[in-house]
Amino acid sequence: MSDTLLEVRDLTVHRGDLEVLKSLSFEVKEGEIFGLLGPNGSGKSTTFSVLMGLLPALSGQIFFNGREVEGGSKDLLRSMGIVFQNPSLDQLMSARENLEMSAKLYRLPRKKRQDRIEDLLRFSDLIDRADERVSNYSGGMKRRLELARSLIHDPKLLVMDEPTTGLDEGAFQRTWRRLLQLRQERGLSILLSTHRPEEAAFCDRIGFISDGKLIVCDTPQSLQSQVSGDHLNLKLDQAETAADLIREKLNLEPIVSEGQLKLTVEEGHSLIPRLVELLPAGSISSINMTRPDLGDVFLHLTGEQLAEESV
Amino acid sequence: MNIADQWATISVLWGRDLSRFLRKPSRLIGAFMQPIIFWLMIGGGLTSTFKISGAESLNYEQYFFPGVVVMLVLFAAIFGTITVIEDRHEGFLQSVLTAPGSRSALVLGKALGVSSVGLIQATAFLALAPLAGFSYASIDWLNLYFFLLLGSVALSTFGFALAWWLDSSQAYHAIMSIILIPGWILSGAMFPINHDQLVLSKVMNFNPMSYIVDGVRRSFYSDIPLGTTVSNSALIDLVVVLGFTAFSLLWANIIVNRSK
Repeated sequence: MSDTLLEVRDLTVHRGDLEVLKSLSFEVKEGEIFGLLGPNGSGKSTTFSVLMGLLPALSGQIFFNGREVEGGSKDLLRSMGIVFQNPSLDQLMSARENLEMSAKLYRLPRKKRQDRIEDLLRFSDLIDRADERVSNYSGGMKRRLELARSLIHDPKLLVMDEPTTGLDEGAFQRTWRRLLQLRQERGLSILLSTHRPEEAAFCDRIGFISDGKLIVCDTPQSLQSQVSGDHLNLKLDQAETAADLIREKLNLEPIVSEGQLKLTVEEGHSLIPRLVELLPAGSISSINMTRPDLGDVFLHLTGEQLAEESV
Repeated sequence: MNIADQWATISVLWGRDLSRFLRKPSRLIGAFMQPIIFWLMIGGGLTSTFKISGAESLNYEQYFFPGVVVMLVLFAAIFGTITVIEDRHEGFLQSVLTAPGSRSALVLGKALGVSSVGLIQATAFLALAPLAGFSYASIDWLNLYFFLLLGSVALSTFGFALAWWLDSSQAYHAIMSIILIPGWILSGAMFPINHDQLVLSKVMNFNPMSYIVDGVRRSFYSDIPLGTTVSNSALIDLVVVLGFTAFSLLWANIIVNRSK
């Protein structure tokens, strides 16, 4: 996991007068899952568009396997599998036909083509409905087919733009099981963009991207350690009265929001019994404790909220 | 540039358009019935009032028949290329754009796919030629298909360039309503050129579709009835249609390679 597969160096992109990418640099190592985490409009999709050759860069360099390449160059495109943010399937065709068209675009020999399609249909659990029209598929099935399609030419690097948008919790978890399996079995490197902290947590390293700039780049564990404390969330009757009591007796500063109390404290687990004792019996309907997630770290480091959407 | 990569893109897009057309029975029935109904309705309605001086024996159904053939090719080009707008941003074309084939191959593959659909529809309608009074033996099929093929490629690449350039279905619909459909009406497909009407006759002379209709119309006669074509020379028809095809191909290639 030490060799660099893809390196993006000082990428700057203008759209009209607007600088949408500001000297962005990052690298993806072999076998690594690297994520760009940022809110919508932060420059994630723009970065991918430059890699795919769909958008020109004003300046900057791209290196693949140590060799400088142009965004969208044929060598780069042959080595990359792409999962687009928007659907890229032919809805009138079946899964098998979609895979066949992609296999032909990459000129897979006929014999190899059929084996590969069967493998991918099996891998994506679509073999039983392979000849059904894609428009009849669920959102999760379509996403699985998109992933299968991107793997048709056995790429070294999988580039995924918001790969789990619109998926429910079950489909989200299954997608990630598949991606981790791919990395393990084929040593595939993955570059993905996301605005979901729970998705970023699956990455080996994450780059925070905000307003076209890379703010920080590190492992999820290391980033999470930058924000300390536990979040306590209390649902209870008369939140204002309870908040006064906590301020007076425990010398803490709770936030009252929509009838709930929110506290950020060190060692939340030891505070919970004291809160239960302090507040009137039966007034608490629930107490919930969470560790800060990558969204909280993002907010802490950039002052910017990620999107509200979460699984 | 790898030729095999280009051919892969061309053949995938070509096959895809054909396959999408052939697999929808409702679309097939509509595609074959609509021109027949159109020809019978308008042809039947106007046949008693329509007369061309010098070619009085020609009835309107006969006059209108080549016009309907070109209409089929035009409609196939319009409906085959308007889908490019969505397909490019939220469809299969995204994966073609990031595949090893070039964008010029994408233009050609799409043009051949759309043209094939238009030619299949035109062929089905041409089977009815004896009903319009044209025996199969009297038709110059080679000339007919030469003009239909060139016309199809020209109109489909023109439509493709328009779709790519406008990048909006609403804008494409607007252009279709104010340029493409009126362009067909003013091509000699529905009525012959009248030199007394200066503006209209000028428009018909400058309209490249007029020369496609002329070329198709000439294929039905060994001696073309006077006053039924926009130009007086088969050579002019050929040169203009070749020029229009070359222009459309060039424009589509420039547009698709320049845009990102």
